[in-house]
Amino acid sequence: MSLLDYFRAKKEPTTAVTAKERLQIIVAHQRGERDAPDYFPAMKQEIIEVIRKYVQIDSDQVSVQLDQNDDNLSVLELNVTLPEKP
Amino acid sequence: MAQIIVVTSGKGGVGKTTSSAAIATGLALKGHKTVVVDFDIGLRNLDLIMGCERRVVYDFVNVINGEANLNQALIKDKRTSNLFVLPASQTRDKDALTKEGVGRVLDELKQDFEYIICDSPAGIETGAMMALYFADTAIVTTNPEVSSVRDSDRILGMLQSKSKRAEEGLEPVKELLLLTRYSPTRVATGEMLSVADVEEILAIPLLGVIPESQAVLKASNSGIPVIIDQESDAGKAYSDAVARLTGEEVEMRFVTEEKKGFLKRIFGS
Repeated sequence: MSLLDYFRAKKEPTTAVTAKERLQIIVAHQRGERDAPDYFPAMKQEIIEVIRKYVQIDSDQVSVQLDQNDDNLSVLELNVTLPEKP
Repeated sequence: MAQIIVVTSGKGGVGKTTSSAAIATGLALKGHKTVVVDFDIGLRNLDLIMGCERRVVYDFVNVINGEANLNQALIKDKRTSNLFVLPASQTRDKDALTKEGVGRVLDELKQDFEYIICDSPAGIETGAMMALYFADTAIVTTNPEVSSVRDSDRILGMLQSKSKRAEEGLEPVKELLLLTRYSPTRVATGEMLSVADVEEILAIPLLGVIPESQAVLKASNSGIPVIIDQESDAGKAYSDAVARLTGEEVEMRFVTEEKKGFLKRIFGS
């Protein structure tokens, strides 16, 4: 690295910043599952299996989220990214 | 009223036993009658850190099974008055701890002690769940490192759903963050998560920050809780944490990089 690069180079984020960002994502995800009922992981798995009968997808293309609202209302949100048509 | 405090973390090797020993000793030094209980059944180690390994005759499981009474199993600390140790057993029986048995022993300890410190094993198996089940307060020991922070968050989830207080709908377990092995120098260069980062992610009040210190290994080598070493940063930081635990307001120390003076730069610290 030349001296000029030293002045020109944009500061790359430090590893601590990367660590924090990764943690914020995983912890938010963990907390989402924390309050979910016991049957939730099994139900999620089964939903994925059903979709797979028709479309080939990876499990990370499906997000199943259970949102608990204040007034005794739970919303099950299902997001599936379908593969592009060939 | 006796207070049950669990020292927990999820991840292993972050300093639970070191912290349990230091905090229990610190409370006793302040005049509070304190017992520290090793919940790591099968992998007893608190006795070594407390320097009483050769005085173990009966243990926690013996008391639960009625093979010994509490007075026979409790080891009185030789250095610090008001301080007792209840060692774990070396049995490999995973079902040695039952809710009923642990509850009975803790109830008996409550009659006699002001503080009951429960040194939790790592993981989320029976031992760890038993250690946190009866807690009034949880000291969540965390290293500024991704896997430790994530596991601490998992443990917070357990405290909020699997503890006695959660199950019975009582006031929730008081959760406190103890950040250990902290290196202000590495935080300054962006190599380590800062206190503020970990506080923001876990979102629980900060009990203390223990700097990475050579004194900790020295203390465990000799079986003397590091809080006794008041020359060391770690010892002082634990004293501050204990003071906060008993309601005193103490400013955080050792969280920013120490500016080295001219002589220290030359001769080292």
